[in-house]
Amino acid sequence: MSDQHKISELPIIDAFTHSGDILAKVGQQSTERRMDDYFIVDVDSHIGDAEAWPEILKYIENDATREAAAFFGGGTGRGAYINSTPGLQLQHVGGRIPHGAALQEKIDDKSVPRVVTLARRAIDAMGLSYQVFFPSALLFLGMHPVREMEVELAIAYNRWIVEHVLPHEPRMKAMLYLPFNTPEAAEAMVKRFIGAKGVVGFLVTSTRYQPVHANEYMRVYSMLEEAGMPIGFHAHHNWNNEYTKQLNRFLSMHALSFVLSNMVHLTNWVINGLPERFPKLKVMWIESGLAWVPFLMQRLDHEYLMRVSEAPLLKRLPSEYMQDMFYTVQPMEATNMKLLEGTLEAIKAETQLLYASDWPHWDFDVPSRVFDLPFLTEQSKRNILGGNAAKVFNLEIPDRYKAKY
Amino acid sequence: MMISGGAGMAEVLVVRQADLLEARRKVVSVDGVEIGIFQVGTDIYAWRNHCPHQGGPACQGKLMKGVEERLTEDKQSLGIHYKDDSLNIICPWHGYEFDVRTGRYDGAGGLRLKGYPVTVRDGGVYVTL
Ligand code: FES
Repeated sequence: MSDQHKISELPIIDAFTHSGDILAKVGQQSTERRMDDYFIVDVDSHIGDAEAWPEILKYIENDATREAAAFFGGGTGRGAYINSTPGLQLQHVGGRIPHGAALQEKIDDKSVPRVVTLARRAIDAMGLSYQVFFPSALLFLGMHPVREMEVELAIAYNRWIVEHVLPHEPRMKAMLYLPFNTPEAAEAMVKRFIGAKGVVGFLVTSTRYQPVHANEYMRVYSMLEEAGMPIGFHAHHNWNNEYTKQLNRFLSMHALSFVLSNMVHLTNWVINGLPERFPKLKVMWIESGLAWVPFLMQRLDHEYLMRVSEAPLLKRLPSEYMQDMFYTVQPMEATNMKLLEGTLEAIKAETQLLYASDWPHWDFDVPSRVFDLPFLTEQSKRNILGGNAAKVFNLEIPDRYKAKY
Repeated sequence: MMISGGAGMAEVLVVRQADLLEARRKVVSVDGVEIGIFQVGTDIYAWRNHCPHQGGPACQGKLMKGVEERLTEDKQSLGIHYKDDSLNIICPWHGYEFDVRTGRYDGAGGLRLKGYPVTVRDGGVYVTL
């Protein structure tokens, strides 16, 4: 277009755009900020498992259930047995956020599963060393009306990850789904998959009505504590309870329900003294943002001090136990920097906070979000972006970064 | 022809007017500075392809009408509808919406896209950087 200037055209971004093009600016941000010696781990990312669902169904171990699955979705198996609600389908804000619906980009490479290529594209675009991913399709499974179905689908999904996905890409890591509504099945899941290559922890999807302090769960916690494996509580929405049913906009429901479930579980966890029973168990709260944590710390401390007789296992204040837990960054509320600074201080971010993108969901956070926080030291930024994850998940830091960690 | 944005230095030919008329929008990188050029009716606007939220590629997203919630005289809601004659550019990363004509965020908060002056000459669209 011009002789003296270097001009190139950029693509319009839609649902078919290459992830590398959608995320091209993440690379620019990292160059501008000289972040190339930062070891970055994304501890909460999602892969296109809705598309892979027919493939996942092949791993169902009950042959009757497996064969019947093929009759769903007009004979494709798509969506078979899944109890999803309208919530997730609204992520794209009426088509405004294309990747919020699904990544539909073209992939020619048939040598690895499509989800592996998608993950590699995100890993490369965001400059990650590792990506820990979570089962989008199962995030609501804890509400499945058929208890056995949670177990059957969880086993199939975990086998699919361990046998079909992880062997292709060592930078991909997984926290495996626990069918928590059936405690014995959760135990069996831990026994079966602990030590599998690429499995770095286990996960409870928080949208469910199961008190985490119930005696039936103690064996699972103890197994995980002994193995040094973290347990993560991954939030999700719930538009079906009597309170959230009153909310008429996705934004209202999302703002509250992603926090509500983890507030309930964390409260039960602390007040019932689980940190005293399992002092070495690494507990992580995922995808509820951060602003709720100082609220809950203050609220629980306040009530505990007046009603100590209801929480006799506690030897410290609730907020002190909460400072030993781990939290993921995203979606980081950052409209009031003073409050955010106080929040990070309250949760001891330097050692307890882990970067998470939640890519490719609609409210993902890029690594520069953490890097740009003006009140963090360089060491804190390095820890949050990758160092803390290396410790929690026992990840090997590649040689090129080692000097700074 | 509409001029948008603040003062600049170098004038650069970024797109042929005929191409812009057909496409309605072009996003280009000029020596590393990314700019979205938009044709709305007979007017042309140029905005920096940098979202004030997380620095996303705001100008590469979807063009869509803005919305409004209509109320009756006694303040009852009639629901959310498109605003007549509006056009927003929506950042594809997380959906921040900006009025293509003003570059302003289409809601509260006072955010905006940075603008560049545009001139049209001899069938070419020039942006002043
Ligand atoms: S970067 Fe544009 S909406 Fe977030």
